[in-house]
Amino acid sequence: MIKYTLIPLLPLIAFVINILFGRNYIRDKAHWVAIPAIVGSLLLAISAFFDVAGGNVININVYDWIVSGDFNVSAGLMIDQLTAIMLLVVTICGTLIFIYSVGYMHGDEGYYRFFAYLCLFIFSMLVLVMGNNFLVMYFGWEAVGLCSYFLIGFWFNKKSAGDAGKKAFIVNRFGDFGFGLGVILIFLTFGTLDFVGVFGQAGSFAGQTINFLGWEVDLVTLICLLLFCGAVGKSAQLPLHVWLPDAMEGPTPVSALIHAATMVTAGVFMVARCNPLFIESPIAMNTVAIVGGVTAIFAATIALVQNDIKRVIAYSTVSQLGYMFLALGVGAFSAGVFHLYTHAFFKALLFLASGSVIHALHNEQDMRNMGGLKKYMPITYAVFIIGTLSITGIFPFAGFFSKDEILWRAFLAGDMGKFLWLLGTIAALLTSFYSWRLIFMTFHGDFRGTSEQEHHLHESPKVITVPLMILAVGAVAAGWVGIPPLFMEHGDKIGEFLAPVLGHPSGHGTHAQEWFVVGISSLVAVLGGIVAYVMYVKKTDIAGKIASAFKPVHALLYNKYYVDELYDTTLIQPVMKASDKVILGFIDKTIIEGIVNGIPNVIGVFSRKLRTIQTGVFGSYGLAMTVGALCIIGYLFFQR
Amino acid sequence: MVPLSWYIILSAVLFCIGVFGFLARRNMIVMFISIELMLNAVNISLVAFSHYLQQVTGQILVFFVITVAAAEAAIGLAILIAYYKNNPTVKADDASLMKG
Repeated sequence: MIKYTLIPLLPLIAFVINILFGRNYIRDKAHWVAIPAIVGSLLLAISAFFDVAGGNVININVYDWIVSGDFNVSAGLMIDQLTAIMLLVVTICGTLIFIYSVGYMHGDEGYYRFFAYLCLFIFSMLVLVMGNNFLVMYFGWEAVGLCSYFLIGFWFNKKSAGDAGKKAFIVNRFGDFGFGLGVILIFLTFGTLDFVGVFGQAGSFAGQTINFLGWEVDLVTLICLLLFCGAVGKSAQLPLHVWLPDAMEGPTPVSALIHAATMVTAGVFMVARCNPLFIESPIAMNTVAIVGGVTAIFAATIALVQNDIKRVIAYSTVSQLGYMFLALGVGAFSAGVFHLYTHAFFKALLFLASGSVIHALHNEQDMRNMGGLKKYMPITYAVFIIGTLSITGIFPFAGFFSKDEILWRAFLAGDMGKFLWLLGTIAALLTSFYSWRLIFMTFHGDFRGTSEQEHHLHESPKVITVPLMILAVGAVAAGWVGIPPLFMEHGDKIGEFLAPVLGHPSGHGTHAQEWFVVGISSLVAVLGGIVAYVMYVKKTDIAGKIASAFKPVHALLYNKYYVDELYDTTLIQPVMKASDKVILGFIDKTIIEGIVNGIPNVIGVFSRKLRTIQTGVFGSYGLAMTVGALCIIGYLFFQR
Repeated sequence: MVPLSWYIILSAVLFCIGVFGFLARRNMIVMFISIELMLNAVNISLVAFSHYLQQVTGQILVFFVITVAAAEAAIGLAILIAYYKNNPTVKADDASLMKG
């Protein structure tokens, strides 16, 4: 089983080789190092998948990391069913996106650097999902954040890219602070950080309280909420969602790999991993569900009016992540992970396809300057349609099964569940609308860009389209592992597969109810598409009329609810002012510089006085010596 | 037999003359001679005590002092000549390059 340590190790080796020798020796052959590494990880991950499919769990202790008194942490890896799914998602998407990057990043001067960072990211992500204790997970968690920062700011000559990278890093810090505290609290409570040890004791600590800032709070609830803080930051949920749309400044393969398929789902993975803790705390579960549901609808409304093709998909990602948390919050952990898995395929597909469009238009991202690309880029158009059918939840595409499972589980989860189901269904309607709007604005109608751009329009090369086609197959078929029993006997294979880790969701409903949920969600999916078709293909003036009729609403959505502005005035400006006035003006310039400059000044003053003693006159030296000698003799003489 | 106190007094007088010469004169060669005078004043008292106490140690010490004085005179005069080549003066007060 030790061979499975190679899963994260291969990308790490590729990173080391590329970063050390890339600039001078490997240069534009960096993918010859990176792609074999990730393919190796993929093959090992498939092997691991079949090893755990029988129900056993692989546990590898690589070495003792920290041994200090009672605090023992090993750098250990664990592969259970949940990890196996994540490994497949990461390595499959990773492989396809690596291949895609060969075409997309061709000729970039940072080519080797790009692949080096991608390898480091894959390593970190694999460590995150494979860790067998919270500290290893935390290491991976922080490392993926670091790689995300590197890759968002990949084109660091562009100021907006550098700013977006910083924003992502700093916003994540808020969440990670909570996560860190959660991990510490887990150690204080359970005395260990091993998943097995912690989750085994989870039940016995339920109901215990702890004094936190003067309040008696439920211990497990507090731990769960702190952990969830980390998930909110990493998975871009309200109120820490602001970094993800800005992260689109990075190259498109990065958006697809990190900010759609893998890293942002780390929060979902973490909550699913900690399900034995969350189950003990209804408050934490409800928080997760409500944050997820509200984010789903909140992000979807913003996506309705955005014009940047990647931003629409970014908000769509935030919204879909909200769905996943909604599922986790109502106790349907396997449904959340199932959606994570299907989402990875269709969202990576949508991102890479939009990258193909951007590539063809020479870095044009504004959909108002696109249109009519259907006849120039047939393959991209086709895969985009498949991705959209999948995300909107049309039978039998992948998104249908996972989204439907979430809505159905929400529907079963009591009164609040019904409310969440309503939120989810409305979000599904909005999702359908903005996804089709994107298609119609980009691929239909007449081309609205410059004639020079039109002249250069072309379908992307094979190295780009082949990964797209493979992902399209995934976007169609990935959901078939989770066909609900409603359609097929012995269905929901993925739920059964994950059951040893995530348990079975509670709640039972009649077939009639389930048909109702399926029917409604299919209906809204189609409805959204029809409305978008009417507004953006048939009568293109309607969209503008609606926008001007509801000007304040449009402005609110267009400016993303002014959340960025709110943070700017309430947080960023005060902090900047405080650091300028207090830290820089007072502490640094007055106190620290006072001390640093004061000591030499005092010494200088003394020395200037002292050096006048050295007169250079022989006589005075001699006199001083004589007087001194006399004094010593006199002292010795009179001492007796 | 000359009493010990006479030697001591002679030594003290010579020493004081040396100190006075060192402090009062500005000519560097004279200052040198004054230093020699002080050293020899000490030598006289050492020899006197040596004889008085019937111990040879004091006389051995005198040899050391004479040796040191010779070395000191050699080096000092060498410095003086080197100095004189650059600054044609032997006045001590003019050598104030190191004045603070």
